[in-house]
Amino acid sequence: MVTAVEPPAVTPGATTARRSRRGSTNLLFLRNRKTVVGLILLTFFMVLALIGDVIAPYDPSATSPIGLQPPSTDHLLGTTSLGQDILSQILVGTRGVLVVAFLAGALATVLSVLVGITAGYLGGTSDEVLSLVSNIFLVIPALPLIIIVTGLLPSAGGLTIALIIALTGWAWGSRVLRAQTLSLRNRDFVEAARANGESTWRIIIFEILPNLTAVIASGFIGTVIFAMLSEITLAFIGVTSISDWNWGTILFWAQSNQALAMGAWWWFVPAGLCIAGVGTALTLINFGIDEFVNPRLRSTGQNAKVLRAKKIRARVGFTPVLRDTTADRKPPRGAPPSRRTPLPKEQP
Amino acid sequence: MTLHSNQPVLEIRNLSVDYGYDDNAVHALRGVDLTLHAGEVLGLAGESGCGKSTLAYAATRLLPPPGLITGGEVIFTSTRDDRRFDLLTADDRRLRATRWEDTAIVFQGAMNSLNPVYRIGRQLTDAIAAHRPQQSAADRSARAHELLELVGIPANRMRSYPHQLSGGMRQRVMIAMALALEPQIVIMDEPTTALDVVVQRQIIQQLMRLRTELGFAVVFITHDVSLLIELADRIAVMYAGQIIEDATAVEMYRAPRHPYTDGLLHSFPPLHGPRQELGGIPGSPPDLVALPAGCSFAPRCRFAFDRCETDHPVLTKTALGDEESHRRVACFQHDRDAESIPDSLMVRHS
Repeated sequence: MVTAVEPPAVTPGATTARRSRRGSTNLLFLRNRKTVVGLILLTFFMVLALIGDVIAPYDPSATSPIGLQPPSTDHLLGTTSLGQDILSQILVGTRGVLVVAFLAGALATVLSVLVGITAGYLGGTSDEVLSLVSNIFLVIPALPLIIIVTGLLPSAGGLTIALIIALTGWAWGSRVLRAQTLSLRNRDFVEAARANGESTWRIIIFEILPNLTAVIASGFIGTVIFAMLSEITLAFIGVTSISDWNWGTILFWAQSNQALAMGAWWWFVPAGLCIAGVGTALTLINFGIDEFVNPRLRSTGQNAKVLRAKKIRARVGFTPVLRDTTADRKPPRGAPPSRRTPLPKEQP
Repeated sequence: MTLHSNQPVLEIRNLSVDYGYDDNAVHALRGVDLTLHAGEVLGLAGESGCGKSTLAYAATRLLPPPGLITGGEVIFTSTRDDRRFDLLTADDRRLRATRWEDTAIVFQGAMNSLNPVYRIGRQLTDAIAAHRPQQSAADRSARAHELLELVGIPANRMRSYPHQLSGGMRQRVMIAMALALEPQIVIMDEPTTALDVVVQRQIIQQLMRLRTELGFAVVFITHDVSLLIELADRIAVMYAGQIIEDATAVEMYRAPRHPYTDGLLHSFPPLHGPRQELGGIPGSPPDLVALPAGCSFAPRCRFAFDRCETDHPVLTKTALGDEESHRRVACFQHDRDAESIPDSLMVRHS
């Protein structure tokens, strides 16, 4: 509401205060503890995806006489009933999962952004047609379609699966973006951009798109999680090639060999934890994205710590009142000492 | 011009407000003292960003995050019953009950405060229903009719949607809504800023008539000083989060005591009398994050002397002291010997 107005002459003290404030803005994304944890987790899995097949101690498909061994120093995560090393299977399988998940997520996001924003901004017939298309895709059940397609294409690899997941998973994001664009396109700043003579595409890309970053990012993360789960489901039910290692394939073999009934927890627990780990990492990152892309929310994460320390509950409609601690607070810069002493009571 | 009693209805004492919670916080209000008497029209004037609206919203605890009240008290004393309590310590239930019932607000840009999907009649009765649930729907509707007539809108407009009304009419609906529960205080935050002068005049006149009829106190926030001089009983001038002068409207106009007030009064042309050079005030308001050590107005003040750079003036009696005991000013000029005070700050008016 009240913005500090730049003084005619800035004192040196004020300049340094400004600078430190701006400097902290760049790292704000990392100030949110949830985001940091999420990023660390995701980086861990990314590294595994990159170097998994190099650091895998065994060939994941190679069988050995020692079957169904619990974790030991030779086999850190134990072995399958055929004596295959589960750690190697997990390491080799990471790449397939992440590549398909992120590829499908990126493709679906691009599609939803293109269709959603175009439909929302242009309106009229284009909106009708594009909305119809996305409505149709919205009601196509993704998983059965994938099962049918992969059934028809026995050689379907990760790329095909990513494509199918992207093609069936973009419509939801596009509906959300269209609705948001509809509300944005009548705002005054868009009107001002039109009055400026900006071209339609410039308005869409530079005026509207930045306002949708949070929605796009959360849509992307949602789709990545959806794609990862779809791919693992497909592998788990045995639709995709069972010789390509991914976490779903491990679960497929564990299931078909009744690992649970035999008490071989080391067979399915690690893969399950990995799936949960990637999902958690992405969700945690999502928490930070909203704060990061919305300048108005940027100080929230920073403030949260101060609020906790001072035991303030910031609420709309009931402004918090800071009590008692007033005395211990050092007088703020530029404030006169007289301010702290009660003013003489006067009767007007 | 004195329709009011001397009974205080709202006493703001030493109120301080920060925006932000850490050391970089902006000190938007610094120890503000202000008393609103029953039935009085109190004008709050000052440049943009000086804390006028912040004061009104902090006093009603409506300041949104990151606003934080860091000290002081706001005592509400009912003139109708014997309720008297500090709004800053009141719990949520009490605060919610007192809102609109005792203190109503006409917001800045009130035209956008109406919900576009409900008819205005519904919105008027909703405000009443929230606080008087036992009242019958027919009574509420009758009251809404009455309110619309009160502000000069034909009652058949009850079934209009906000977009079917002009800006001035919407503003009047907002005023009607504020008066729905006969509050003791009405806070008006630049209620006429978006309107043309003709409509502005109509609304202000109506408001003043209603004030005489219903006897509520008004806090009128605006940067239109000429408007305030005309309609307010008393004016408080704010600068950089503090009240720097507090006087009756006529006194303030004829004999300003603070150099800033003097500057404000010379920033618009008088309609009568000889032509004057418009003075204006050089410079711009200070950065509330890094305020000067002494008087916050000192860098722009043409009368500033050594003490203004180091000490901070508090709101106290003027140099004329007991002669005008109700006036208060925050300026060191008034601490000096009478001879050394600039003549323009010492005009006597009778």
